[in-house]
Amino acid sequence: MTELTLGKALGAGLRQAMQDDDKVVLLGEDIGKLGGVFRITDGLLDEFGAKRVIDTPLAESGIVGTAVGLAFRGYRPVVEIQFDGFVYPAFDQIVAQVAKLHYRTQGRVKMPITIRIPWAGGIGAAEHHSESPEAYFVHTAGLRVIAVSNPEDAYRSLRQAIASDDPVIFFEPKRLYHHKGDVHLGAPLADAPPMGLARVMRAGSDVTLIAYGAMVGTALQAAEAAEDEDVAIEVIDLRSLSPVDYDSVAASVRKTGRVVVAHEASREAGVAAEVIASITERCFEYLEAAPLRVTGHDIPYPPAKLEKYHLPDLDRLLDAVDRVLDRPNSMSEVGA
Amino acid sequence: MSPQITPIADSAQDLELTERLLAPDGTRIPHASLDPFVADIDAAALRALYRDMIILRRIDAEGVALQRQGQLGLWAPCQGQEATQIGTARALAPQDYVFPSYRETGVIYARGAEPGDYVRMWRGEEGAGHDPAALRVAPLQIIIGAQTLHAVGYALGILHDDADDVAVTYFGDGATSQGDVNEAMIFAASYQAPVVFVCQNNHWAISEPVALQSQYPIAGRAPGFGIPSLRVDGNDVLACMAAMRWALAHARAGKGPAYIEAVTYRMGPHTTADDPTRYRDESELEGWRRRDPITRVEAHLRSIGELDETHAAEIQAAADKVAKEMRAACLGMVTRPPLAVFDEVYAEPHSGLERQRDEYAGYLATFETEG
Ligand SMILES: Cc1ncc(C[n+]2csc(CCOP(=O)(O)OP(=O)(O)O)c2C)c(N)n1
Repeated sequence: MTELTLGKALGAGLRQAMQDDDKVVLLGEDIGKLGGVFRITDGLLDEFGAKRVIDTPLAESGIVGTAVGLAFRGYRPVVEIQFDGFVYPAFDQIVAQVAKLHYRTQGRVKMPITIRIPWAGGIGAAEHHSESPEAYFVHTAGLRVIAVSNPEDAYRSLRQAIASDDPVIFFEPKRLYHHKGDVHLGAPLADAPPMGLARVMRAGSDVTLIAYGAMVGTALQAAEAAEDEDVAIEVIDLRSLSPVDYDSVAASVRKTGRVVVAHEASREAGVAAEVIASITERCFEYLEAAPLRVTGHDIPYPPAKLEKYHLPDLDRLLDAVDRVLDRPNSMSEVGA
Repeated sequence: MSPQITPIADSAQDLELTERLLAPDGTRIPHASLDPFVADIDAAALRALYRDMIILRRIDAEGVALQRQGQLGLWAPCQGQEATQIGTARALAPQDYVFPSYRETGVIYARGAEPGDYVRMWRGEEGAGHDPAALRVAPLQIIIGAQTLHAVGYALGILHDDADDVAVTYFGDGATSQGDVNEAMIFAASYQAPVVFVCQNNHWAISEPVALQSQYPIAGRAPGFGIPSLRVDGNDVLACMAAMRWALAHARAGKGPAYIEAVTYRMGPHTTADDPTRYRDESELEGWRRRDPITRVEAHLRSIGELDETHAAEIQAAADKVAKEMRAACLGMVTRPPLAVFDEVYAEPHSGLERQRDEYAGYLATFETEG
């Protein structure tokens, strides 16, 4: 066990993947000498050379499109998009090429591409540096979508993503890059739980609180706070947004009968909507209350000084918990 | 220092600014720098190119006919572009890898396509018409220009493998306006990747004339990216082959990317869904008929006594045979069963999709039990 920040864990994951397979090459802006703007690729240029740690021209479609060609040639490219809001110029290559080539060619062309995206808000960043575009990718068949919440998962699932023969959109909550946790650096990949599995982070019997990425931390705080009021919240970290591990989710909902799903991304047609629809289809008869969403608003990501009003916080989560428990809450009629 | 004057619009249209080895009337024109690249092309080899072009035109006509008869959803004709496609594709080495657009019927023909390969995608049976590994040709690309980046990435892989293969990409004049094509040239030049860009300037991007995409000869852009380029007469199969051999040799020698603009003309509609009479003058088409790439080689071969009626009949029979096989393959295609829609979305199991597949299988099963 080694204590690492989430950022260092990702770097260690990349290093391990590159050692394990010499077909793994990294592409991105500033990932060489600088080590990436978040220093995730720090030291990898020195260790693996410029043929495997490729500083690219400043063109996102170019980066992903080039990765597609490398995959045709038998490589396993790992792309770094510098910030979430800059993935849009590459959107066409991702959804029309990366996601589809395996299907179009009936499996004859593989796209084992991992697209790493420093993701989401809460760090007071400039415009376009705090976006949550995950729903676009979850909606795209052919992609897998991973969102990590802690160093151990980051290390393991990044290696799994790179080893996967499918393309993976890999979301890294930049708010957590400096958060520390224990990582099993030597653990063989084969013994690890599969990439697509959700994880119960905290057991509870009253409400299932589902989150991913940095929101998992907020959900855990909510569970702790609720304990003081004798409410036992079960917190689930989805970890994988495509596919979602509905077996784990449904098992929890059958136990608690009450569900809150939280994410930073805006609400309309978001991941929470999908998760709740699927829960309703699968275990409607177990539900004691209508499932609720706690999400960002349906607004462009606000300026840094206002982001705290957009991001779901502890209080908004607890309010939703109160609502599914039918306890006094923001929707209760005042004075009634 | 006096300001540089940059040539604009007029020269973009000036066909005399293209390199050529065969004049429209079939006269062989000596060309000091291109001749060495086709020194080995004797009359028999030229006749083989002529044969390829005839067969390609026949395949293309069959594609149009099959579409008109309701057998294909769409077809993208390449009539008029035979010299560009055959001339460049016949210059490739077996190990080279091609990233084409949707119009490169002649390129997949030259790479050894099976009869069904021409129609499988257009008929809607499969997402790609041919096996990319077998032909070393990526699936036909519909998104304009996307494939140029794939070629550059592939070429980067060639560099990393220390191999001497070349990646080749085909695209149209309209595609040169796309960001991806420009990004591809930047990436190719940055890494000195062994990739050859072949722009088939067929003068039209559906209804948009080439002048709307470029006010300067398209080949003239490449040097601005640090890529040497050649502008050739795309209706001259010899010139196309010579240019491609030049470009391939350049890339194979480790000198980085090369760019060819083949100036040609799309004689028919953009696709079978298009109506060129709405935007194109009949007189323009007439002018290009006189530059027909096939007539040109035929005139040359006849003038040197290398094409007689026996050859001509043999070639026509070969073309008819290919078309017949293509038609039979098309009509004989068996659509896969319903659950095949779920096949190969992912390389590894995906629980969400598997659930949907099971649900749909259950639904389909209800019809069986109903009897
Ligand atoms: C990104 C994109 N935009 C629009 C289209 C629709 N479209 C198909 S072909 C075409 C014209 C392309 O012209 P050009 O690149 O000159 O190639 P040509 O068809 O003449 O061979 C257009 C606009 C498309 N396929 N992809």
